[in-house]
Amino acid sequence: MNKHATSNLKAEKIVGGVATDQRHDSAHKHVSGTAVYIDDMPEPSGTLHGCLGLSAAAHATITRMDLSAVRAASGVVDVLTAKDVPGENDISPTGRHDEPVLADGKVEFFGQPIFCVIAETREQARRATRLAKVEYKELPFVTDIGELDPKKDKLVTPPLTLKRGDAAAAIKAAPRRLKGKMRVGGQEHFYLEGHIAMAVPGEDQDVTIYSSTQHPSEVQHMVSHALGVPSNAITVEIRRMGGGFGGKETQGNQFAALAAIAAKKHHRAVKIRPDRDDDMIATGKRHDFLVDYEVGFDDEGNILGVDFMFAARCGFSSDLSGPVTDRALFHCDNTYFWPTVHAQSAPLYTNTVSNTAFRGFGGPQGMVGAERVIDEVAFAVGKDPLEIRKTNFYGTSDRNITPYHQTVEDNIIQRIVAELEESASYARRRREISAFNANSRFIKRGLALTPVKFGISFTATHYNQAGALVHVYTDGSVHLNHGGTEMGQGLYLKVAQVVAEEFQIDLDQVKITATTTGKVPNTSATAASSGSDLNGMAAQNGARQIKDRLTDFAAEKYQVPRDQVLFLPNRVRIGNQEIAFADLVKQAYMARIQLSAAGFYKTPKIHWNRDKGEGRPFYYFAYGASCSEVSVDTLTGEYVVERTDILHETGRSLNRAIDLGQIEGGFIQGMGWLTTEELWWDGKGRLRTHAPSTYKIPLASDRPKIFNVTLADWPEAGEPTIHRSKAVGEPPFPLGMSVLHALSDAVASVADHRICPRLDAPATPERVLMTIERLKGEAKD
Amino acid sequence: MAKVNIRNEIRFILNGRDVVLSSVAPDATLLDWLRLARSLRGTKEGCAEGDCGACTVLVGRLSAGRLVYESVNACIRFLGSLDGTHVVTVEHLRGQPGQLHPVQQAMVDFHGSQCGFCTPGFVMSLYGLWMKSPDPSNAAIEKALQGNLCRCTGYEAIMRAAHAISSYGKAGKDPLAVERKAITARLEALRDGARVEIGSARARLIVPANVDDFATVLDQEPGATIVAGATDVGLWVTKHMRDISPAVFIGNLDGLCTIAEDKGVISIGAGVTYTEAFSTLSKRIPALGPLFDRIGGEQVRNMGTIGGNIANGSPIGDTPPPLIALGARLTLRKGKKRRTIPLETFFIAYGKQDRQPGEFVEAVHVPVPAKGEKFAVYKITKRRDEDITAALGAFFLTLAKDGTVADVRIAYGGMAATPKRASFVEKALLGKPWTEETVEAAMAQYGRDFTPLTDMRASAEYRALAARNLLLRFFAETSGTRAPFQVSRNEAA
Repeated sequence: MNKHATSNLKAEKIVGGVATDQRHDSAHKHVSGTAVYIDDMPEPSGTLHGCLGLSAAAHATITRMDLSAVRAASGVVDVLTAKDVPGENDISPTGRHDEPVLADGKVEFFGQPIFCVIAETREQARRATRLAKVEYKELPFVTDIGELDPKKDKLVTPPLTLKRGDAAAAIKAAPRRLKGKMRVGGQEHFYLEGHIAMAVPGEDQDVTIYSSTQHPSEVQHMVSHALGVPSNAITVEIRRMGGGFGGKETQGNQFAALAAIAAKKHHRAVKIRPDRDDDMIATGKRHDFLVDYEVGFDDEGNILGVDFMFAARCGFSSDLSGPVTDRALFHCDNTYFWPTVHAQSAPLYTNTVSNTAFRGFGGPQGMVGAERVIDEVAFAVGKDPLEIRKTNFYGTSDRNITPYHQTVEDNIIQRIVAELEESASYARRRREISAFNANSRFIKRGLALTPVKFGISFTATHYNQAGALVHVYTDGSVHLNHGGTEMGQGLYLKVAQVVAEEFQIDLDQVKITATTTGKVPNTSATAASSGSDLNGMAAQNGARQIKDRLTDFAAEKYQVPRDQVLFLPNRVRIGNQEIAFADLVKQAYMARIQLSAAGFYKTPKIHWNRDKGEGRPFYYFAYGASCSEVSVDTLTGEYVVERTDILHETGRSLNRAIDLGQIEGGFIQGMGWLTTEELWWDGKGRLRTHAPSTYKIPLASDRPKIFNVTLADWPEAGEPTIHRSKAVGEPPFPLGMSVLHALSDAVASVADHRICPRLDAPATPERVLMTIERLKGEAKD
Repeated sequence: MAKVNIRNEIRFILNGRDVVLSSVAPDATLLDWLRLARSLRGTKEGCAEGDCGACTVLVGRLSAGRLVYESVNACIRFLGSLDGTHVVTVEHLRGQPGQLHPVQQAMVDFHGSQCGFCTPGFVMSLYGLWMKSPDPSNAAIEKALQGNLCRCTGYEAIMRAAHAISSYGKAGKDPLAVERKAITARLEALRDGARVEIGSARARLIVPANVDDFATVLDQEPGATIVAGATDVGLWVTKHMRDISPAVFIGNLDGLCTIAEDKGVISIGAGVTYTEAFSTLSKRIPALGPLFDRIGGEQVRNMGTIGGNIANGSPIGDTPPPLIALGARLTLRKGKKRRTIPLETFFIAYGKQDRQPGEFVEAVHVPVPAKGEKFAVYKITKRRDEDITAALGAFFLTLAKDGTVADVRIAYGGMAATPKRASFVEKALLGKPWTEETVEAAMAQYGRDFTPLTDMRASAEYRALAARNLLLRFFAETSGTRAPFQVSRNEAA
C-alpha cells in the first residue's frame, strides 16, 4: 500500500520504524481470507494434479509393481516412477545421495513414495493411486532406537563428540554419581497448510515452481538436479507459507521435484498437494532421542562431570540429522557449566521417515537431557531442583566455557531467573503446593522453573550469509526483496521496518514482495532463528548503499558537506533546507543515480571445527525462563496447567508485538511436544498417528489457565546485531520444559519427593499415570 | 401415506446469493465445491476430517422455525445436506463500508494471526460465538474454539481478540442479525416439502421430505447410506474414498429433531445434534454436561447427532456407555413398524448392531435419574478436549437405606469391541455396603470384564488401570471424600 500523498513531512518519527509494535503485514488479509497461499492461486488452464503412491512395507524390495489399473483410471495422464526422473533421482539436501525422489526397487520405510500419479483432477489422482498393485519381499526392519546399539548400529551420518576435561575421571572421583536413561519423543510439525508445490513450465528448460518452502534456493538446486538442468533454468517463488516450523526446510523438495518433472514432461502446470495423512506419513518430523547420562557431583549438588550419549531416530536417510544431532550436543549444557564433559551423538538409521528440522533443531532435546541430569542430582541430594539449577549456572567471568570451547560472553540467566522467581512467587507457591498436596488424596500439584539458553547461528558456518534486493522507485516508494521466507513469524514485516528505519520513510512506503530465487540468489534456509538477523542486516546494507549514493548526490548538487545531508522522517535535510524523500529520489534519478542495490551480510566472528569439536559456532545466545504449575490426577494421569510465567529476552526487540507472539506460540508448541503430542508406530512399522484425530497438538483449552508472559526490557544484544535485537524463533520453544518438570514434580509427590520420577516425554496422561504407579511401587520397596 | 413431490435439485443461499444445483454427487463436500467450483478460497483445507477447523463456515438453518447459525466443518459437510440452508463463508463478513468486520478487526489489532492459514476458520468460529454471546467467558470462548487448531500463536492472542470483539461493533447491528428476517423468509420459501432426488445409478442422493418419507425411501433402498451429521460418514469419503451412494441425508428432518421429556424419560430424536441436546441434558442430567463439552469440537457438535453416535456402533462412541448406564431404550423403525429395545442389546459385536436392512434408529429414550440415584460419566483422552476416547466409564448407582448397593450399572467405552457393561464388577458391588473396601474388591474384577487393546490412543495396561481407577473416583465423589476428585479446566474461566 503506497499512500505517498499521506506521508507526513513534518513528523518527528516515521510510522513503523524499528522497535515499534506493528501488526503482521498480512493480518488484514489473513482475517478476510484474501491472503493467497499456493493452493489459493488461480491455476493456469489445464493444470494437472499429482498424488504420491506410498510404500506399504517398512523395509522391502519391490518384487512387482503393476500400475496398469492406475494408468487406466479415469483422468489419469501419467504415472511417474523412478525411471521418469530425467536427472538424478536424489534429493538429499546434504549431498549424501541417500534419499531418492521416488524409491527405486527398494523401500526403507512404511509410506515412502514409490510412484506419483498425474491426473486431470486431484480427486482422480487420489482415487487412482489406490489401484496400484505392489508386491514386496519384506526385509528385517527396525523403527525403535531402543532396539539399537548407538555404538555399533548403522548411522546415517558421522557422529559428533564434544569433550572438555576428563569427564570419566571426574565422575569416577566424584563423591557421588549416578546413571540414567531418558526417552524424548519426536514431534509432527502440523503446519496448518500442508506441503504443496505448483510447477509451471516455461520455454527451453525453464520451469517456475511455487513451493511452500523455507528454503527456495535448495528447492531450486534439487529440482535442477532432478531435471538434469542448470540452476538458472529453475525459479522458485514463495510469498507465504501457512506455517513451517522447520518442516518445510527440506521436505518440500520431493513435491517440487515431482511437480517439475511432470510439468516439463507434459508441458502443463502441475500441482501436488498431499492430503494431511500422506503429508504426515511421508514427511519428516522432530527427532526422538534416547539420552544416556552419567553424572558425578558432590553433596551440595555441584556437578563435577557429565557424560552423555544422544541417540536419535533419524529415519532411513541423513536429511539434516547431522546438524540436528550436533545441535543436541551443543545444547546438552543448557545454562549450566559442566566442569568436565563428554558428549556423543548417534544418528541412528531406522526404517522410519527421515527426520528433519523442527524449531530448535535438536537443541531442545539436548536441553531436556541437561534438565533431567539436574533433576537427578536434586533428588539425590534432597534439594529443590531450582537450587541445583542455580548452583550450576554458567558464570559471567569464570565457569563460562561450553563443551565446544566457546566462551559464554553474554550470560544473563541469573538475572532472568531471579526476576522470574520473584514475579512468579516461586517460594510462596512451593509452600502452598506442599500444603495442598498434604490435604488432597487424588489430585497433586507440581511446580517447576526451567531456564533456557539457545545458541544463535547456523552451525554450518557458510549458511550464515544473506542477500537482499532494494529498489527505490522514482516516486520514493521502495520495493524490498530478500532471501528470507515468511511462514507467519513476521520476518517480512521486521525487515521492512529495518528498511523504513534506514531510509526514514513510513513503513507503508515499503512494498514487501515474495521471496524468489530470481531476485536474490544462493540464499540460506529461513531457519535457525536467523531470519531477521541475517536478512535484516542484508536489507539494511542494501538500503545504506542507496542512501550513500543519495547522500553523495545531495552533497554535490546542493554543495554542502556530506554530514549536512540528514535523512529525517519522510524527508531529507540538506544544509538548511528540507525536501521530501520522494523529491530527492526524483532528482537523483534525473541525475542518473542508481537507485537499486543488492545488499549482503555475513555473520562475523563465527567458526567451527567439527573434527576437533572446538570453535565459536554461535554469534550469541538468547535467554529465557519459565515457571509452570500443574494439577495431576493420580488416578488417571490427566492434568491441567494451572499457571505459567515466562520471562524471555530478545535483546532490543525490533517489534515486541511480534516477539510476544513468538514466545507465547513457542511455549505452547514446546509444551505440546512434551505432553500430548505422541507419535506412535505399530508392529508393521506404520505410523498410526497421521492426522489431527490421532495426533494431538494443544488447543486453546490446553493453555495455562493463568499465563503471564513478559519480554525482558533491559537486555540488548552484546554483539552488533540488527539494531541490537536478538533472534526469537526457536529460543522460546524449550520454555515448554517447565511443564514437563512441573508434571514430574507432581508425580514425585506420590513418593514424598524422595525418588526422581524419571518422567519421559511426551508425558501423556498414560505416561504420567504409569510413572506414578512405578513410583508408588518403588516407594514401597 | 401422503404423496410426496420430488425435486431434482438442491437450493440454498450462499452468502448473499441463491444457489440451485441439479448436478450434485452424493459425496461432494461443501469445501471442495466452495474452493473449486466457486473459487471462494478463503476457506481452507487443513485436515479434511473435521479436526482442525481451517474450513469452518457458518450454516444457517431453520430450527423449529427459528434461524440459527452454527459453525460447521465444510470439509466433511456434504453439499447435498445443505438444502434449505444459508451458507456463510469468510468472504461474506462485512464491517462498516471500507472496514473489516469487528471479529476481523479484533483479530488484526490483537495479533491473532501469524501464518494466517487457520485464521479464516477462527474468524468464523468466533463470529458464530459472538452472534450468540457478545461477551463470552473464557470458558465459552475455549469451548467455541475446541474445533480450531492454531500452531503458531499459542492461542493467547486469539483469546484476547475474542474478548475484545464487542468493543468494535454490536452483534445486533451485524449484517446477519439485521438481515435475519429477510433470510428467514427466503429459507421459508425454499421449504417446499418436496423430496430431493439427484443423480442416478452409482451416484445418487436423496433428501427425504419428512420422517415418513425417510422410512419409505429406506424401505425401497435398504442399502442406502444414512447420513445425519456426517461427522463419521464424511471421513469415509475424504479419508477412505468409500462409495456412499445412494446417500440419504436426514440432518434436517424436523420429525427427527425433537427432544421432549415425559414421565421422567427424555426422548431424543435421532437427528438431534449434541449442541441441540446439550441444554436439556445438561440441565436434567448434569453429569452429561461436561461430557458433551468434550465430544468433538464445536463444529462437530453442531453437526453430529446422538442417533448417529449410537447407530454407527463404534466401541468408542461417547454417548452409548452413559446412556446404557442410565438404562436408555432405543426405538428402531422400518417402514411403519417400530420396535423399542434396551440400548445395551443394540450392540452385538464389533461393527454389528441389531439393525435390520431398511431399519433406522428413530429415537433414544433416557430415564432421568431420580433423587438419590447417583450417576457419573468420565472420559479419558490424551488431550483433554476434542479427542477420541481412550476409555470412558459411566456409573449409575442406587443405595439402599442401609447403605448397601441396591442397584448398579457400569458401562465402558474403549474397553471392548462394543460399549459394554462391567458385569463382574457390578456383581461384586451389588448388595454390598458402599465402602472403599467393597470398591477395592470390585476393582479386582475388571480383568474379568475387560481385555482392552493397545493402540495409538492408549496401551492395554493403561486402559485397564485407568478404567479401574475410575470406580474409585466415582466412590470418592459419592462418599464425601474431600474434593477435588479430578483436574478441571473451567474453575479459572
